[in-house]
Amino acid sequence: MNDILFPLAVFFAAVFTNNILLTNYLGMCSFLSVSKELETSAGLGIAVTFVMATTTAINWVVYHFLLVPFQLEYLRFIVFIIIIAAFVQLIEMVIERYSEGLYFALGIFLPLITVNCAILGASLFMVIREYSFMTSFFFGFGSGLGWLIAILAMAGIRQRLRTAKIPLGLDGPGISLIIAGFMAMAFMGFNGMITIS
Amino acid sequence: MLATLLVSVLVITLIAIVLALLMVIADATVGNYGTAKITINGSKELEVQGGQPLLKALNGEGIFIPSACGGRGSCGLCKVAVLEGGGNYLPTELPWISEEEKKNQIRLSCQFKVKNDIAIKIPEELFSVRQFTTKVESLRDLTHDIKEVKLKLVEPTEIDMKAGQFIQFQVPEYELTDEPVYRAYSMASVPSDITHIELEIRLVPNGICTTYVHKHLKEGDTVIVNGPYGEFFLRDSERDIICIAGGSGMAPVKSILLDMADKGSKRKARYFFGARSARDLFLIDEMRELETRMENFKFIPALSEPSPEDKWEGEVGLITDVVGRLTENASESDAYLCGSPGMIDACIKVLRDLGMPDERIYYDKFS
Repeated sequence: MNDILFPLAVFFAAVFTNNILLTNYLGMCSFLSVSKELETSAGLGIAVTFVMATTTAINWVVYHFLLVPFQLEYLRFIVFIIIIAAFVQLIEMVIERYSEGLYFALGIFLPLITVNCAILGASLFMVIREYSFMTSFFFGFGSGLGWLIAILAMAGIRQRLRTAKIPLGLDGPGISLIIAGFMAMAFMGFNGMITIS
Repeated sequence: MLATLLVSVLVITLIAIVLALLMVIADATVGNYGTAKITINGSKELEVQGGQPLLKALNGEGIFIPSACGGRGSCGLCKVAVLEGGGNYLPTELPWISEEEKKNQIRLSCQFKVKNDIAIKIPEELFSVRQFTTKVESLRDLTHDIKEVKLKLVEPTEIDMKAGQFIQFQVPEYELTDEPVYRAYSMASVPSDITHIELEIRLVPNGICTTYVHKHLKEGDTVIVNGPYGEFFLRDSERDIICIAGGSGMAPVKSILLDMADKGSKRKARYFFGARSARDLFLIDEMRELETRMENFKFIPALSEPSPEDKWEGEVGLITDVVGRLTENASESDAYLCGSPGMIDACIKVLRDLGMPDERIYYDKFS
């Protein structure tokens, strides 16, 4: 595949066929705990998308221009997580100060995101899969978008579940995990469209 | 080898320094809201660092708003009315605020951040409320189901209380609760002992706090309490006093009587204590000793259902009957009642019939 199309292919793969939430099961805890309302799910999903796209780009730069030249690749876990935490903190401070609307919509989710393993996961996949800068950015963006779609679908289903009759033993986390499983199977239907490794 | 080690240390340090610098710069510019003024109840003014949650800002100035979760926004207790400069509600506040409270501009003080000058309203009594870290000095079984808990204050080291007031006892997470909860208990200690708090806690089946105190609490354990609260305390007057209590209602009355003895009060006081049988009576010796310290004080325990082996020679009957029998005229007396709602309501009725005006009947109902 040529250089211009590859990032786009990765982008679509990250959204559908290799959805970070449904195929790698990363970012499960906030996926399960915040997906009760459509509105809050959208807020969290957008925040995740933004942070994932930006942190994979920043981490790519740090990894390739700082860690690789000094052969410190093994430090990537700790470096990535520190950078994500600092970045999220900074963003939160900035939007709290300058945009009340944005802060109310997204800001309150940002502290949740620091500990969202999908964010760190995206940065680590980008290293393992040896993506270029552009590809990494699109991969992060796509993964975030995929996560957003998954949580929105989940929130929609769970809103409907409220009036549904659920067997007593499955109520709560049980039925949520079963739904997540079905969703993962549904997303497997996209397999074969695009594959990335 | 040494070189690579050195390089990795250097690189990590470099990254850490850059990030730390960034944070410091952000703190000083973006995160710097300057100082803000908080006007409390239209009179008191505080200068605080802006940008912090209201709960923390007030705490820093020594004003303690009761909160069970410690500011995580999960208990919904730390409500405060923000009259001016409040702005919009945060999504994290909304689950705790009712429509009625919205009209009264009630905010969750652990989530609401002070970014500009604001005016707030809090109950006056909160000015003297503190949170205390304490250590269990001793535990004693008073009866088969009432335990005396003596707490030594660790931080702050002194409490300024009025006899009869109560504190909130923090129960930490344990098998009956997955987050800290607070329960109110009257203090049985004398106000002059400013370094201790004494509680008398009756075991309630499946009660979160009472089970914790009876089954889990050990000497030397750390206990967090906050207070003092409450309008049930000894009022200055020269009138005679009638105290009536049942069960762990002993606690605040004991505090009031000890306080009177401490101050050498000459007021005529009678203390009616109601119990079912002799095994429910406690602190008899302490009360008898009080009678020797205060010439005008009389302790009158009464049993409603004494068992034959009790060999009881004192008063028998419901406490209300005993009070009615032994009191001729209560119109020139004050009354202090503490016990179950049923007992208090019955006692108020009896005292009224004896000529006592309602405004001189002070009571503390368990609920």
